[in-house]
Amino acid sequence: MDSPNEKVVLQAEDVRRALVRVAHEIVERNPAPPAPVLIGIHRRGAFLARRLREQLEELLDAEVLLGDLDIGFYRDDLQRRPDAPIVHASHIDFDITGRTVVIVDDVLFTGRTVRAAIEALFDYGRPARVQLAVLADRGHRELPIRPDYVGKNLPTARDEHVHVRVEELDGTDEVAIAPAAVETPA
Amino acid sequence: MNHLLSIEELDRTEIERIVAQAARFAEVSDRDIKKVPALRGRMVLNLFYEASTRTRSSFELAAKRLSADVVNFAASGSSVEKGESLKDTVLTLSAHKPDAIVLRTPWAGAAELVSRWCTAAIVNAGDGKHEHPTQALLDVYTLLKRLPGGIDGASIWIVGDVAHSRVARSNIIAFQRMGARVTVAGPPTLIPRGIEALGCEVRYTLDELAKADVVYALRMQHERMNESFLPSLREYAAWYQINGRRLGPRQVLMHPGPVNRGVELSGEVVDSPQAVITAQVEAGVVVRMAVLYELLAGAREHQPDPTRPGRSAPGHPGRPDRQGQPDRPENVKQLA
Repeated sequence: MDSPNEKVVLQAEDVRRALVRVAHEIVERNPAPPAPVLIGIHRRGAFLARRLREQLEELLDAEVLLGDLDIGFYRDDLQRRPDAPIVHASHIDFDITGRTVVIVDDVLFTGRTVRAAIEALFDYGRPARVQLAVLADRGHRELPIRPDYVGKNLPTARDEHVHVRVEELDGTDEVAIAPAAVETPA
Repeated sequence: MNHLLSIEELDRTEIERIVAQAARFAEVSDRDIKKVPALRGRMVLNLFYEASTRTRSSFELAAKRLSADVVNFAASGSSVEKGESLKDTVLTLSAHKPDAIVLRTPWAGAAELVSRWCTAAIVNAGDGKHEHPTQALLDVYTLLKRLPGGIDGASIWIVGDVAHSRVARSNIIAFQRMGARVTVAGPPTLIPRGIEALGCEVRYTLDELAKADVVYALRMQHERMNESFLPSLREYAAWYQINGRRLGPRQVLMHPGPVNRGVELSGEVVDSPQAVITAQVEAGVVVRMAVLYELLAGAREHQPDPTRPGRSAPGHPGRPDRQGQPDRPENVKQLA
C-alpha cells in the first residue's frame, strides 16, 4: 500500500490537531442548541465523523447524533463504470428534518461525492442546514461545492493521488500524496 | 454476471456476494423515501407466461425501489393467445429496448434460449420444472438471518412435491453450495428418479424428520398434475403434512408460497413462530434488488450480438473480475 514515492503530509498528531480545530469551528458556527448532527461518508469519512463526535460532545457537553451514509446508489457515474460498485448499508437512525447536518468526508476533490451525499441525505428528511467538513481539500472541483470546515488545504496536481489512512482501517492516521504514475489502491 | 439463468451457474462466493449485497439494501425499505436512484433510466420488462402474484410484484417493487421503469407483460390477454411464439414475442418486446427481462414460463430452458435472442439481461423467474434462482437466493438470505450457526453443516429437509418443483431443484443446489446437507422426502410418485445425482439424500417417509434443522415444505402443485400421482390430497396430508406433531420446536419451517393450508402444512404450523414464510416474502424484494442492481448497474457495453447464435464468452471480456476490483474489498458475509 505504501508506495516508495509517497510523501506523508499529515502525521497522526497533525490529523488529531486538524480534527480538534474543525470541531472547534463547528461549535463556533453552531453555538445554539440543538447540537448539529454528524453524517460520515463511507468509509473513512464515517471514522472521522466518529472522532469529531467525541470532540463535539466534550465541547458542547451534550449528545451529538452520528450517522453514516453510503453514496453508491447516488453516484453520477453508475452507468459508466465497468461494474456495479459494492454498496454498504447506511445508518441514519434519527430524523434529520429541521436539524443542522454536518457531512464529514476524508478528501474533497471533484465535489461529486458530496453532491451525491446531499441528494442521498434528502431521501431521509429535510435538514434545516447542511454543512461540509473535510480532513483534506485537494482542489480541482468540478461542481460548485465549497467546504465549511477544512482540516488541511493540500495543493495537488490533478493526477496525483491523496491517501487518507485511519487507525481503524489502516492501522495508522496519516495523509499522504502519491505521484500519478503509481498504481494505487482506491 | 450478464444474466441470472440458474443457481447451477453460481458458485458459493457469488451466492454470498448477492446475499450480502441484499442485506445492505434492506435499509432502503426503512427510509422516508423508499427509493434510490441507482437504476434511473433503466427499463425492466416483466414477461410472465404463468400466473404469479408474489414473484412478479416482488420484482416490480425491487425495480421501482431502484428507480427503474417497469413494464408488465402477461401472456394471457395478449398476442400470445393469438398464437405468437416465444421468440417473436421477445423480439417484438425487444423493440422497446428493455435493459432486463424477467421471464417466467412453463418451459424448462426458456430463459437460456431467450438470453440468446436479445441484448437484455435475462432473469429467470421460473422456467417449467427447471429452476427458480431468485427463490433459492432469497431462501438462503432468510436462512442466514434465521440460523445462528449459519447454513454450513445444517440439515435441511425438502418435503413434498419435488417432482413438479423448480424451487426444489434450485434450493437443493443452493443449500448444498452453502454447505448444508439436503434430504428430499415425499411419496415415491412425487420424487423424481435420479434426484440423488444432485447430491441429496432421499426418504419416502418422515420418520427421521426430527434430525432436520430446517423443514422446507413444497406446495402441492395441483395445476401441474395431469395424471394421478396421489390417491387423494387427504391421503397425502395423512402421511406427509407438516403439522404440530411432526414439527419440532427448534426446527425452522419454510415454504415458497402460496400455502395450501391443510394439505402440505397444517394451519397451526403456518401461524407458529417457527414459520419464516413472511420473512421469505420480505427477503424477496431485497434479494431481487440485489440481482437487478448487479445486472444493470455499471455499463453494459459487451453484450452478445443477438444476430450471432452463440452466447458471449464465459470470461466476460470488458468486465473486470470483481475479486480483483480494488474499490471496495470486503464484500462478503456481513448479514445485518
